[in-house]
Amino acid sequence: MSQTWIIVGATSTIARAFARQAAARGEGVLLAGRDMSELESIAADCGFRGAPFAEAIAFDAREPASFAPILERARGIKGTLSVAVFVGSMPDQEEIDAEPSLVDGTITDSFTGPAHLLTLLAPLLEERGHGTVAGVGSVAGDRGRLGNYVYGASKAGFHAYLSGLRNRLGRSGVHVITVKPGTVDTAMTWGMEKLPFVAQPEKIASDILRAADRKKDIIYTPAIWWPIMTIIRSIPERIFKKMEI
Amino acid sequence: MRWKTVEYTGWGRVLKARGEVARPERASALAATTSEEPAPAVGMLRSYGDACLNDAGRAIDMTRMDRILSFDPESGMVHVEAGCQIGQLLKVFVPKGWLPPVMPGTGFVTVGGGIAMDVHGKNHHGAGSFGQHVTEFTLMTKDGPKVVTPKKNASLFKATVGGLGQTGPILSAKFKMHRAKGDVIVVTERRVENWEEFLPLLDNSDATYSVGWIDATAKDEALGRGILEEAETGGGLVKPAKRGRKVPLDAPGFALSPTVVRTFNALYWRKVPTKGRTVVKPIDDFFFPLDKIHDWNKLYGKSGFHQFQCVVPIAEAGALREMVEKVAASGLASPLAVLKRMGPGRAGYMSFPMEGYTLALDFKKSHAAERLIRELEDMTVAASGRIYLAKDSLGRPENILGMYPEYKDWLKTVNKMDPDQAFETDLVRRLKLRDAT
Repeated sequence: MSQTWIIVGATSTIARAFARQAAARGEGVLLAGRDMSELESIAADCGFRGAPFAEAIAFDAREPASFAPILERARGIKGTLSVAVFVGSMPDQEEIDAEPSLVDGTITDSFTGPAHLLTLLAPLLEERGHGTVAGVGSVAGDRGRLGNYVYGASKAGFHAYLSGLRNRLGRSGVHVITVKPGTVDTAMTWGMEKLPFVAQPEKIASDILRAADRKKDIIYTPAIWWPIMTIIRSIPERIFKKMEI
Repeated sequence: MRWKTVEYTGWGRVLKARGEVARPERASALAATTSEEPAPAVGMLRSYGDACLNDAGRAIDMTRMDRILSFDPESGMVHVEAGCQIGQLLKVFVPKGWLPPVMPGTGFVTVGGGIAMDVHGKNHHGAGSFGQHVTEFTLMTKDGPKVVTPKKNASLFKATVGGLGQTGPILSAKFKMHRAKGDVIVVTERRVENWEEFLPLLDNSDATYSVGWIDATAKDEALGRGILEEAETGGGLVKPAKRGRKVPLDAPGFALSPTVVRTFNALYWRKVPTKGRTVVKPIDDFFFPLDKIHDWNKLYGKSGFHQFQCVVPIAEAGALREMVEKVAASGLASPLAVLKRMGPGRAGYMSFPMEGYTLALDFKKSHAAERLIRELEDMTVAASGRIYLAKDSLGRPENILGMYPEYKDWLKTVNKMDPDQAFETDLVRRLKLRDAT
């Protein structure tokens, strides 16, 4: 049966790579995001690269009014429906410290906005009884660090949400993957200094598709982040609180 | 726009640059950068010398602007973003029965780079240069995107095609694809005994694609011996190309030593039977023979290599023979020597092609090689020939300017488009291309 991915936050670097790879596998893409002209370009590109269906639709994590039309559009798409969520924003922690209201936007973009949308889509997915939800979190959500703990907190919230959603949707045959990428070479990280183990977005995209095929629950991508985060998670808080990593 | 300080080099790795690079992923980001902080655009850095470098300055990396925007399956007209790679287009469109009209020797070249260098391919004698197939491109200017066509904006079109990026970043381009008869290429390989035999074979070839490979280490009566490859696209069954290999590190100094090269060349020449042969290959194997070995430039070791490519008019074929003689005598073995018959096709003021023969040679960096290349450059001047700026790292301004008769027209338009010289690159400064008024 043909599969269509609803790609949320589709203009992000990793989402673009993901859309292109899904297209090359002959899967459809419904591209949701803010910048409509960019989305149209990505949709056209996916069409030429093999997507039988490629369409753009407006989505803004901070505008819940944009969510219902996505559900409506999704209803009209036949076959397997899957969702991949790539939204998020990561202002510098220092900017947030100077302007505390940025906390709300960061959490809306990375957690509550996508969680709201997924909750809205959940009954439709349950009704279909198959498909995948891939939620992109972050290794930053595994532990609150000095450098970006608001972003980390929102991703941690999203991880817990996905865990619950997995528990719920699994009962009706829909699989949920929590994706925890490390540092990726994206527009968001371009120009940041000294990033460890930087991966290309194509690698993250192919890991997500493979995890969907193999019905993995939680993946670290690239895989090197699993041992790294296992160590970081195991550091006692009384030591961790003094560290700068 | 966010900037990142990086060190980068041209493909030959002899010349290096260090500077801030921005990498926009959407047209709006490119527009903002161009209007507020203009800098020259670069692509996959496949120019050999310094055409893609801006040391101590800024550059815009266009490789993430790489989408196919539209395609008309009736006419073959395609609209792509400038960062789209020609090899990618080949891969996407061959199954649909189309291929890029002109393909340079590597598929990693971006469309924007292909326009800025007005690149040519193995079909230049028939199809002309890449720029001749471009029907429209969108230039990013300070005031936003500007659509340029050869009819409506003749001088801006000609200053941009082959124009070394000096009119500003190209956002996207439209060009017509060619029909592919199938997904493979049928190549006829013929052993050529020497120089005297080579030129008539190239002149009389009526194949769509043709290229000569020369053993630049052969001397005397074997001088200029090589292999002529003629090819047409076709349909049929063939195994897909193997996955790419990477050169993991810089090769040690002896990897391409004269003895190794001489032996390799002799074996390579003999692999084609005396009476020739016809082989069926995956299409990209023929067009981009070295692309399977990623980073093959590292085979020349840390210090890098120079490529020399010139074209001389037909009547000056003798001068080219003298160059090959000089190279063979120098013992500065060049494993990759390519000889091709060029047609007159060119689309820009500063485009490289002219009707004649073009010769391309690699040399591992050394003082002797640099001296030799300077001599070859002088011989090119004497033969009324031209040096290819996409390859150049050693040219001298007094020699280069005279090779490009429409240089003044280019300069006039470029200075109008970029009065603050924001798009200058290391090559432009080295050759003093924008110093004259």
